Amino acid sequence: MSDTHSEAESLLFVRNEMMPEREPPLAESGAFKWLRENMFSGWLNILLTILALLAIYVVLSEIVPWLWHSVWRADSLAQCREIRDATWGSDVASACFAVIADRWQQLIFGFYPSDLYWRPLLALAIFLLAVAPVLFPGLPRALLWFSAAAPFLMFFFLWGGSIWGPILVALGFAVGFAAYAIAGRFTGAGAALAVAVVAALIWWLFAAGPLTRDLSRIAPIGLTYIQSKDFGGFMLSFIIGISGIILSLPLGILLALGRQSDMFIINKISVGFIEIIRGVPLIVWLFTASLLLNYFLPPGTNFDLMLRVIIMVTLFAAAYIAEVVRGGLAALPRGQYEAADALGLDYTKSMRLIILPQALKISIPGIVNTFIGLFKDTTLVVFIGLLDPIGLSNSIRATTDWNGIYWELFVFIGLLFFICCFSMSRYSIYLERKLQREHR
Amino acid sequence: MTSASDRPPQPVFKLSDLIYDTRYRSMTIQTVALILLMLFFAWLISNTVANLASLGKDFNFGFLDQRAGYDINQALIPYSSNDTHARAAVVGILNTLLVAVLGCVLATVLGVIAGVLRLSKNWLVAKLMTVYVEGFRNIPLLLWIIAIFALMTEATPSPRDFREGGVASMWLWESVAVSNRGVYIPAPVWLPGSWLVVTVFMLSIVGAIAYRRYARKVLYDTGRLLPMGWPSLAIVVLPALLIYFLMGMPISLDYPVLGGFNFGGGIQLRNSLIALWLALSLYTGAFIAEIVRAGILSVSKGQTEAAFALGMRPGRTMNLVILPQAMRVIVPPLISQYLNLTKNSSLALAVGYMDVRSTLGGITINQTGRELEGMLLLGLFYLLLSLLISGGMNFYNSRIKLKER
Repeated sequence: MSDTHSEAESLLFVRNEMMPEREPPLAESGAFKWLRENMFSGWLNILLTILALLAIYVVLSEIVPWLWHSVWRADSLAQCREIRDATWGSDVASACFAVIADRWQQLIFGFYPSDLYWRPLLALAIFLLAVAPVLFPGLPRALLWFSAAAPFLMFFFLWGGSIWGPILVALGFAVGFAAYAIAGRFTGAGAALAVAVVAALIWWLFAAGPLTRDLSRIAPIGLTYIQSKDFGGFMLSFIIGISGIILSLPLGILLALGRQSDMFIINKISVGFIEIIRGVPLIVWLFTASLLLNYFLPPGTNFDLMLRVIIMVTLFAAAYIAEVVRGGLAALPRGQYEAADALGLDYTKSMRLIILPQALKISIPGIVNTFIGLFKDTTLVVFIGLLDPIGLSNSIRATTDWNGIYWELFVFIGLLFFICCFSMSRYSIYLERKLQREHR
Repeated sequence: MTSASDRPPQPVFKLSDLIYDTRYRSMTIQTVALILLMLFFAWLISNTVANLASLGKDFNFGFLDQRAGYDINQALIPYSSNDTHARAAVVGILNTLLVAVLGCVLATVLGVIAGVLRLSKNWLVAKLMTVYVEGFRNIPLLLWIIAIFALMTEATPSPRDFREGGVASMWLWESVAVSNRGVYIPAPVWLPGSWLVVTVFMLSIVGAIAYRRYARKVLYDTGRLLPMGWPSLAIVVLPALLIYFLMGMPISLDYPVLGGFNFGGGIQLRNSLIALWLALSLYTGAFIAEIVRAGILSVSKGQTEAAFALGMRPGRTMNLVILPQAMRVIVPPLISQYLNLTKNSSLALAVGYMDVRSTLGGITINQTGRELEGMLLLGLFYLLLSLLISGGMNFYNSRIKLKER
């Protein structure tokens, strides 16, 4: 028995030890496998890959040598060419980024006095600090008080003038709030709100102006006043873009609610406003602001072109945001509206607590896209004579030193816009992910 | 007992009910809003009347009949500086529509290609398309228009480089010349008898559509599948070709030929038009690519799997299952992109293309000093155009909407 067993043992081959692991075949591993699956998996794919490689080669073969042979220190385009001829020979494409090194201050700040550059930079820092608690809920909530004060601080640092102007305008809100609190004791919330608005308006229209004048005479605290026409470059785009973004969101939400409203007249006013604004290009509205506004205002009024542009851009973006938010409102299931009614919430509460948080969440991508569009559209102000980066690039090109320079300026301006817009769209994706409540 | 106490107390109308009673509140709000709105308009109009009076101007559109006195370098209809401002405006409108239609076509082609390729399994192509889409979406259109215009005028050869031994050569068998004066393409020449060819061609397109209808009807009624592709192509092409040769080739092309310092013959497409067209198409194409991608992704994978389970081939699955559902998601934003493109064509100003904003809203206003009337007409034109397009879109939406409760 044992004999046969040992015989069988010797006859059968039974592996007693593990085989060493072997590398997978070359075609099934690592970069090879990846390449084969992702770029060469069929004749169509191979064709596409070759075409793509060809396209990349054509583009890069133009750009890379141009970038590689770039000149950063020169006083004029002619000098750039001299340096290129001396270093690489005259038949080499060469970028002359010296123009950026020479004029970057102008492209960023316009004609803002160069010894006061700290003021826009401080305003930018205030903006970043103020916007941080709004964008990232992880930060302490107390910072929101700073955010509320930031617009007035930024205005003060950018334009300068007496400090009392921004303070008294800010006090208007306090006056309105006080009126609301006092009137709220005697009447309901609606009437109190009306009283508050009227009180604040009276303050701004009649009290703030004379008080500012008197206070500045008594205590002349302030900074050098800078006129709007000295603003330019990216600073201008930023100011117009950020003001438009901040102001257009609430207005757009109100318009969207108006358009959803059952009240006939409110509904028609909102629809008319939205459609008329959206139906006409922004550039026509900007020309309206610069050419026609003098007709519509009382004879003799003349107010800042930049302010007009901000108002127009705000109204324009608000109409677009209204449509985006309307889409979000319409996308909510009817059950949400009905549930809010069933809980006995009034219109304001149901909107604030149930409908808008969900509708706005749905509309985030659209809202951010509108903001990106608004920021890009700030370049259109060049047509009505404001000096945005593109306008400045034209005027730089018109000087004798830099006559005939195109691509370096375009690359610089395009890159700055790209950074801003791309980070906005990334933030919207981050926000969408964070607010997502399904499929986690 | 007394019946009076059973009856609910008669509500007495108080003034505060206007705000607190939901029956009256909406009326109150609407009345206040209406009054404020009318006051606002009255204020605007009275200001305008006062301002016009103080400037010594009146409000009339008579300037449209006056002689324009300026030239338009690219006109689709005959125009000279002796024509009226109204005709200049029409030339501008046609130019706007020209670049808008061309742009919509090219943008759709680019957008669909980029959108589909962005979903491709090919890593390199997908990344390349991502770079295209993000690059164009995040940089202002105005910058692209100016950059492409600079590319067209600065980086293309001048006409004299096309001479014998020059550095440049024409494309597509000596028929297209890309130069810094513009792009020259062959112009069709219509000889007598050409109308017959065109008519036959139009009729055969109608015939092909009718044939396809018939084939579909046969398919639905009997289940017999008639060939569709080759016959309809033959119906479109063959009769027109036959007539073309029978009539002795009445349509020919007039090629651009270099003479002296510039090209003669053919059609000159100015660089302003080309740059505006390319920039608008590339820019809008990037947005359309995202729309197409979202549309295709919105059709759930189960639909494809279900179609495969029914034994459908991939091509048929695409045509009959995926596309009809994706189109419902794609078309509304696509049309609003067309609308955006049309409105963005007003940036023609940057390259000197004579669209309606540059004729009616630009030179005409500057020459006659009629800002109010000119801008009003300009605004109305754009408004009418967008209302037409969005009206069409609403009609389409209501037709394809899924019917829910």
